[in-house]
Amino acid sequence: MEPVAAILREMEGVVKNPAHAVRAFKQETGREVIGCLPIYVPEEIIYAGGMLPVGVWGGQTNIVQSGTYLPSFACSIMRAIMEFAMRGIYNDLSAVVCPMHCDTLKCIGENWKVAVPQVPCFCLVYPQNRKNPSGISYLIKEFEQLRKKLESLSGRAITDEAINQAIVIYNEHRKTMREFTRVARDYPLTITAQRRHMVIKSGFFMDKAKHTLLVKSLISEFKALPPEKSNGIKVILTGIMAEPDGFLELFNQYNLVVVGDDLAQESRQFRTDVPAGGAPLERLARRWANILGCSLAYDPQKQRSNMLIDMVRDTGADAVIVTMMKFCEPEEFDYPILKKEFEKAGIPHLYMELEQQADSVEQLRTRIQGFAEMMTTR
Amino acid sequence: MSERLISKQLLQKLLDDHYAGALAAKERGELVAWSTSIAPQEFCETMGIYTVYPENHAAAIGAKKGSPELIEIAESQGYSVDICSYARVNMGYLEIQESMAGKIPLPDLLICCNNICNTVIKWYENIARELQIPLIMFDMPFNYDYEVHDYSVEYIKGQFQEAIHQLEQIAGQPFDYDRFREVMEISSEAAKWWKKAMALAQAVSSPMNGFDIFNYMALIVCMRGKKETVEVFKLLAQECEEKIANGQGPWKDRPEEFRIMWDGIACWTALSATYKFLKNHGINMVGSTYPDSWSIIYDSNDIDGMARAYSSNFVNRNMDFRVDNICKIVEDFKVDGIIYHCNRSCKPQDFCQYEVQRQVEARTGVPSVMFDGDQTDPRAFSQAQFETRIQALVEMMKIRKQQQRIGGE
Ligand code: SF4
Ligand code: SF4
Repeated sequence: MEPVAAILREMEGVVKNPAHAVRAFKQETGREVIGCLPIYVPEEIIYAGGMLPVGVWGGQTNIVQSGTYLPSFACSIMRAIMEFAMRGIYNDLSAVVCPMHCDTLKCIGENWKVAVPQVPCFCLVYPQNRKNPSGISYLIKEFEQLRKKLESLSGRAITDEAINQAIVIYNEHRKTMREFTRVARDYPLTITAQRRHMVIKSGFFMDKAKHTLLVKSLISEFKALPPEKSNGIKVILTGIMAEPDGFLELFNQYNLVVVGDDLAQESRQFRTDVPAGGAPLERLARRWANILGCSLAYDPQKQRSNMLIDMVRDTGADAVIVTMMKFCEPEEFDYPILKKEFEKAGIPHLYMELEQQADSVEQLRTRIQGFAEMMTTR
Repeated sequence: MSERLISKQLLQKLLDDHYAGALAAKERGELVAWSTSIAPQEFCETMGIYTVYPENHAAAIGAKKGSPELIEIAESQGYSVDICSYARVNMGYLEIQESMAGKIPLPDLLICCNNICNTVIKWYENIARELQIPLIMFDMPFNYDYEVHDYSVEYIKGQFQEAIHQLEQIAGQPFDYDRFREVMEISSEAAKWWKKAMALAQAVSSPMNGFDIFNYMALIVCMRGKKETVEVFKLLAQECEEKIANGQGPWKDRPEEFRIMWDGIACWTALSATYKFLKNHGINMVGSTYPDSWSIIYDSNDIDGMARAYSSNFVNRNMDFRVDNICKIVEDFKVDGIIYHCNRSCKPQDFCQYEVQRQVEARTGVPSVMFDGDQTDPRAFSQAQFETRIQALVEMMKIRKQQQRIGGE
């Protein structure tokens, strides 16, 4: 198992110290690193410009400075991001891209311009009527603007050809990550919930081509091993993210196994490929049109609950855990529908409010413990 | 003929007719739409589709103290206490279809426009799903640059086309472009007269008591495409002009001492308590960021202008615009102080409000306070905190007036 352990160690190192990864890239290449706020930033454009796109997903910290911009009822991930940004933690980034999907993200972009002038913020607004031709044309224009801003930041042209190449690399990464989440189901003892999260998260701070190679070798190492038997409770996670750290650690203790997810920070990143055909920016725009079951992508049919129920059936999951980012309206609005549909389908679910800044996991522990007991005695 | 009605009576009559008319239409089997407050109403108006506004209904329910009951129902369905209380009131109403402010008929279609917030997208998605009815979405991309991008206008126009197509299918009748032109004219006219009437509060003393604005707002929300609306605002303007000519202020029993701007929505559940407290201190609300949202003015038959106007609402604009907008109100309305309502319901406003407050204060020197409240969830509002903050504002305004007097000597 040596290679597996080595790969996991490398990924853990990246996740624990993303700043190091950022600096190493800058030193090696002399080029820019661009922060990507959640979610669906067209990283391919950045990558095509020879820059490193990295994920900006907050983290655990004390909120001190960002309180001058955001009241306490803003989602904790954005409070953390503002806090880090104001403290200069992101100063190694040459710019950030802020996709304004929700009311909070709109204000983050606006506040950023004032509060963090040292790191330029490139805003993006996605169309809600994302399947209409006029919506696609609009998004192509938005992406065009982003391309121009990145070009003038770096002083290098970003060609269509380079974007097409980046799309190949990104689609390959997406495919590999999807395979990883399937393979992970067969090795629940080694790929614990926490490790699964870490493997996925490490992709945010690495060159995607390199990350793909690492994950591929991880997959082939595992495939050579016999599947692991587990009598754990099989769950699907849905929500923005399964942080703070410590939350997923509880899964081990209470014998919960993650067999699939619909997290913004995880599978939503890679479950939709960039489609083939047409100019690259149009392809990127059509990816947005194809996204299904995400609280941030307009869907009057609200197919997310159906999608999750299918996922439960396909994976043989026992239950769904809704990891609710406190104060996240898009997710909070989806919940009553999910609740109703899960109940109708006879699928147990656990609703857990999470905040990145939660400094104690004890409350979470009580909920998880109670849930595990309920599931084993039912 | 009976005695001429004053604008306030006319307002009440129109609103009553509006709600009764919608119920009657539903009974006759006609189509009824629910719409967000600043959606392009021109399309449904043209099609003759009765349109009611859940936000207005929720506000009325809040003012009649009926919101807690409906909020509780929504929360028991899994709606978080953190989401906009208009949505919670409305989802609760959907369940029982009763309220302290009367009934609105259930919709056959939905009109949603996110030029106020993205919250409404999620809210209307849920209604569409619950009732299995079509939803027409007008997406007005948030303007992070100062002006509305031309390609946003193109996109919005594309959606207008699509909406017309959808409406023709839903209603089973062709879209009447002549009528549309007429409705555009009336709507723009109503918005002009609304703006004109509101601007008369620039007079010192103002002929309007500020909370009047909140009352008349119901009309510009619900009936912007109707001729009667134009008449009410004309009448209101006339009444105000008469008062100005006669040197009449907002109140018969006391003078206007301080003129303030109010940022955000009213606390409908505490409307009279907040109003009385302000009045007792001689504070009159003369301007607000909020009512100007309906000054949707464009040339008749100018679809580009219409698209741009609908996208230009201040909450759909960037920080710089919001600051400029308030600074202009401060200047035009000769404001002594600003009250910022940090409205627990309304994230798109709140999350820029701290910085807006700082920049406006730096630029104008006008003192301000912020209080925590909510438009329709009384649990998020404390009268005591409100009063303390207002008292602080009064002190600051007094000092500033004194300094200005000394400076002016
Ligand atoms: S409110 Fe939700 S979607 Fe918006 S930034 Fe916060 S976590 Fe993300
Ligand atoms: S109060 Fe704010 S969040 Fe609620 S519907 Fe109105 S604009 Fe949207």
